[in-house]
Amino acid sequence: MGEYGGLGLFFLVALIFPVTALIPAFLLQPRQPTKDKRIPYECGVDTVGKTYVQYRVGYFLYALVFIVFDIETVFLYPWAVRFGQLGLFALVEMFIFIGILAVGLGYAWKKGALSWK
Amino acid sequence: MEIWNTIMEQGVLATASEILRWFFMLVFASELIVDIIMKGIGIGAILGVISVAAIVFTYAERKVCAFMQVRIGPNRVGGRYGLLQSIADMLKLMSKEDIIPEGCDRVVWALAPMLLFVPSALIYAFFPFDKGAAFADVNVGVFLMLAISSQAVLPFLMSGYASNSKYAFIGGIRTVAQMLSYEAPMVFSLLGVVMLSGSMRMCDIVEAQSQQLWFILMQPIAFVVFVISATAETNRTPFDLVEDESEIVAGPFAEYSGMRWALFFLAEYANLLSVSILFLPGVVWFGLKVLAMVFVFMWFRWTFPRTRIDQMLAFSWKVLLPLALANVLFTGVGIYARQWM
Repeated sequence: MGEYGGLGLFFLVALIFPVTALIPAFLLQPRQPTKDKRIPYECGVDTVGKTYVQYRVGYFLYALVFIVFDIETVFLYPWAVRFGQLGLFALVEMFIFIGILAVGLGYAWKKGALSWK
Repeated sequence: MEIWNTIMEQGVLATASEILRWFFMLVFASELIVDIIMKGIGIGAILGVISVAAIVFTYAERKVCAFMQVRIGPNRVGGRYGLLQSIADMLKLMSKEDIIPEGCDRVVWALAPMLLFVPSALIYAFFPFDKGAAFADVNVGVFLMLAISSQAVLPFLMSGYASNSKYAFIGGIRTVAQMLSYEAPMVFSLLGVVMLSGSMRMCDIVEAQSQQLWFILMQPIAFVVFVISATAETNRTPFDLVEDESEIVAGPFAEYSGMRWALFFLAEYANLLSVSILFLPGVVWFGLKVLAMVFVFMWFRWTFPRTRIDQMLAFSWKVLLPLALANVLFTGVGIYARQWM
């Protein structure tokens, strides 16, 4: 049972822990659901229309830019670990790689993907 | 005297676990069973730390807030200083009716608070609480930890979508934009630390700091970037658009009550503690440093007004991310220059 076995065990316990926290509450709490109680809370005003409305695409654009940067990090971390040993090669590589990243960021910036319209 | 030397060399927690392991080996005489028992003790200790932290921090937050606003704060339950306030809160939450909102997606709605707890607890497995005393000291520690902590986005989106409430829905989509935006500078700010220590193993990073300077002094830009993005990741006040009570009530939490709500709360304080631990690992002053960081986060909360969503997102992408990238370049050049000197 190595480190990852322990992690797996922890994952299972972390899944079960919230359930065990809910059980005493489930036994203790009163249950008198009425129709008014179950209405979605909107500061005392009755809801109008559907909840699932269209929302602005801006939220999505940020998520797309994020994916690009997140994948870049996956490549950067192994590089960072070996940085001390690789010497000049790692340094040159760093300028090229982060240069490309910066160009990408600049492009998204210029295209207005980073501003809230 | 000899024991004292071992303790100083290995750290208190590591020595204690060694003694326990030796004792269990006498009783059970099987590597596997003893392993499982030791892991179980570790998990229990971590869950205990999280629960105690949540109880202490709810009280501390109310007191800190009260003193900053020249009030007294909780002073009724448990003596003059209201010491039992969090216990009373917990009992109240437990005995509260569990209201399931009309028209919600039941399965997703019920799963969200439970799933939120998993990543916020699991990242504690990587923290070096003492010299050589991390629950799972894997060689991709920092990386795996960031991967797990980023899973916290999903439960927020789930609860926002499933609650059938407009406030919760708005809160949910805001969460995605905010937490993803601040994930990028946070990940890049930790890159400099990994470059300096040459390892992603958490215990190695701590060790590297005892040989060199503290990383908070060598990486001040990274530290500032990290603290700001951690504030956003934990949805605390200058960036609490996800759950801001004066606009969208409580965002994704709006439709939860009682213990289900308490789970959100527990996860929030677990996250607060873990981001405080992350950048300041050390051996001797571990507890003090962590508490100081927690205080700084509370200080932020009661000092800064809330930002607007466009300002917040622009700040992440146009200020923090370029800063974090520049920090990586700067660190690289610095390490290289030092090798040639």
